[in-house]
Amino acid sequence: MTQQPQTWAMTPQVLAVDGVSVSLSGRQILDDVSFTVQAGQFTGLIGPNGAGKTTLLRVILGLQRPTRGSVAVLGRPLSRQNRSVGYVPQKVLLDPDMPMRARDLVALGLDGNRFGVPLRSRQRGEAVREMLRAVDADRFADARVGNLSGGEQQRVLIAHALISRPRLLLLDEPLANLDIGSGQEIVALLARIAREQQIAVLLSAHEMNPLLPVMDRVVYMADGRAASGPADEVVRADVLSRLYGQHVDVLHVHGRVLVVAGPADGEPALTAEHGLEAG
Amino acid sequence: MHQLYTWVFEPGFFASPQVRVAVTIGGVAAVVSAVTGVFTVLRGQSFGGHALGDVSAAGGSGALLLGLSPVAGFVGLGVIGAGVMDLIGVRRVRGRDLATGIVLGAAIGLTALFLYLGTFSGATAGAPQTILFGSIFVITSGTIPVVVILSVTALATVAAVYRPLLLSTVSPDIAAARGVPVRVVGLLYMLALAVSVGLSSVAVGAILSTALLIGPAAAALRLTSRVSRAIVVACSIGVGATWLGVLLAYDSFYWGSSQQGLPVSFFIVAVIFAAYLASGLAPAARAAAARRELAGPAAAETGPDQIAA
Repeated sequence: MTQQPQTWAMTPQVLAVDGVSVSLSGRQILDDVSFTVQAGQFTGLIGPNGAGKTTLLRVILGLQRPTRGSVAVLGRPLSRQNRSVGYVPQKVLLDPDMPMRARDLVALGLDGNRFGVPLRSRQRGEAVREMLRAVDADRFADARVGNLSGGEQQRVLIAHALISRPRLLLLDEPLANLDIGSGQEIVALLARIAREQQIAVLLSAHEMNPLLPVMDRVVYMADGRAASGPADEVVRADVLSRLYGQHVDVLHVHGRVLVVAGPADGEPALTAEHGLEAG
Repeated sequence: MHQLYTWVFEPGFFASPQVRVAVTIGGVAAVVSAVTGVFTVLRGQSFGGHALGDVSAAGGSGALLLGLSPVAGFVGLGVIGAGVMDLIGVRRVRGRDLATGIVLGAAIGLTALFLYLGTFSGATAGAPQTILFGSIFVITSGTIPVVVILSVTALATVAAVYRPLLLSTVSPDIAAARGVPVRVVGLLYMLALAVSVGLSSVAVGAILSTALLIGPAAAALRLTSRVSRAIVVACSIGVGATWLGVLLAYDSFYWGSSQQGLPVSFFIVAVIFAAYLASGLAPAARAAAARRELAGPAAAETGPDQIAA
């Protein structure tokens, strides 16, 4: 266990975001965002709605070209068709009418980008089964994805993203529509995957408390700017006040963290109430 | 037995060359429509498929006016229409209805003009009925090779883009991140759709092509939880409905004493509609089966051996 700092130094850098800015039709969405992610690290991309989290993920995926700056995955500059990056987007068309079983969706993660019709093979089926087991989704492997609960759908989507063996897994607000229990299960699952398979996980969320037990680092975003580092170094009144460009307080309540605007604002009462409710 | 046979298949059904052509072309068009139709329903592009039918109508009526083969008109203008819809923005969900509506309106206007001119010139008096509602019994057998070649092309296109098309239907973002050329894949599918609509315009008419495209696919999607199976089921429903429709239309000539056959397109669409209604019973049956299943093995699975795994 005392070896940890040494292995830390040896872990390869999976993602390097360097001075990324994005302007869309004159509006600055991202402003000089820089951070790195190492193998096996669980990183929370935290920030309110509209902070630029989704745009940042799209830049890392190569779906959005940065106006300035660069992104490197595994030391190589970005290219589309990067199998090293798995992605669970926020919106996926999975209504009950979609005739797709959980195992079909996972299989699509294996070779959905290839042309031609899928050919059934024992190897392919085994890979899908193994992946479904890894995310505890084998129970509902044959159910229509559209009929599954939000938490179950997230498991299937995570399996879909992981089956191509990426080194970096990006998830856009995976906890957004989940109840507290399912959210905790998904976070625990992702933390286990990051640790066991040395996959770097970058997960966006507007609430950081569910991630606090597992988060190695945080990238905190506000108004297109970002501060990154270990949670206790970033989630501090002085750092976040600078980021928000206004005074904010960071309150610690029973091991949870509340970021609230300065006294002049009417918001704090609401946020505090929400935080207590979660306990 | 023989009486039943002649009651089902009125005299001369299998000997009639018109019936043979109708069964061949109708069957081929039904297969292509069912395959593309499954994706049309999944992608929520039924309105687009219908608009392509109207574009086909303009093409077919224009071809008649110029003395060309209606098949060339149906398919040719349909393909151009698909390209225009893609340019206007059919791939954007919000732009989709807009693009479709604009193309559809223009197409119906053209159809009105061409049919008016055609009827006025007197050369093609039955044109409106033929173009809009189909003419499967008056197709010459020389059309068959063209229809088969177009069908194979459309089916090959769908097969080629099958997986990326499915992935970009589930999530265009995932597909794009995986390197799928989402726009090209969508355009190729639209072109296959245009060809299939053109072919079913030949069979059941441009207006009713939507029924052959959407009906079997929609029914199939209620019956199975897998895309591959939905395609097979949709093909069966489409071909079955088309052949049954041809048979009923042929037999209808002997119904009553008027010696007047009823339109084949009506029968095909009626059978498809009945199949769709019947498929509505499936989810209830499936839900009942799922309840039985859940009460059984799933309950046992949460036992201690689950923890050991």
